[in-house]
Amino acid sequence: MPAFDDLAAGDIVAEQSFALTRDSLVRYAGASGDFNPIHYRDDIAHQVGLPGVLAHGMLTMGFAVQPVVDWAGDPGRIVDYQARFTRPVVVDPKLGAVVQVIAKVGQLDAESRAARIDLTVKVGDETVLGKAQARVLLD
Amino acid sequence: MNPELQGRTFPPTEPYLVGREKVREFARAVFATNPINLDPEAARAAGYADVVAPPTFAVVVQERTLAQLLAEPDSGIDFSRVVHGDQRFTSTRPIVAGDLLTATLTVSSVKTLGAHSMVTAESSIVDASGAHVVTAISTLVVRGED
Repeated sequence: MPAFDDLAAGDIVAEQSFALTRDSLVRYAGASGDFNPIHYRDDIAHQVGLPGVLAHGMLTMGFAVQPVVDWAGDPGRIVDYQARFTRPVVVDPKLGAVVQVIAKVGQLDAESRAARIDLTVKVGDETVLGKAQARVLLD
Repeated sequence: MNPELQGRTFPPTEPYLVGREKVREFARAVFATNPINLDPEAARAAGYADVVAPPTFAVVVQERTLAQLLAEPDSGIDFSRVVHGDQRFTSTRPIVAGDLLTATLTVSSVKTLGAHSMVTAESSIVDASGAHVVTAISTLVVRGED
């Protein structure tokens, strides 16, 4: 369990890459109930002008916070979480897509012993989630 | 989009019973590996009644309110042009398997930016006792005609 007093703004607290495949998208569609076909059908994705089948924005948001959950040790410590969907994640049928997450301390609130953790979420050099921030209660 | 949607509150959704296997299924789908998400024993050891849902699980309940919004006859929202702009979850406590949740949607803002419109939808999710659990806030962007 991370201790609030040991943290400083700018500290990297977690780093992880996620390898997405089409299977990941189908699994998330079933788990979340979001069956928009742009997340599994190439023909429909192309028809609506997309470069290919996209990961659900909520899937990317969902796994991007997991390194923070593991660092905090308890999913219940994440009391606020937000993100902007700045760029779609195209998932190639053969190659998939790799999403890199870096979690850094953005701000510390001594009164409530909470840390704002800022997430950098990228595919290659491109940021896919903007203003991705989680507020985490610490001891 | 109909600007008069701003400020509109919808009727509460049918109660949603959070199942343990649903939480585990969702947790696996978002690559969660924390035992508190997956193992009832680990969750109890951490002080919870059952497995704890991942931070974005509320979207499953919120989705029912967004369906209400898109089905509203006078919304003027063309579903095929809707893009998810941003998302936020503000929690009072985490969702735990066994919770019976009800969501109430309020359209907090409707804006037009050039050809595009943006609607911000806030779904307040409460438990069986009426206590607040989490508010899920989505901004949906409705793209204008090309």
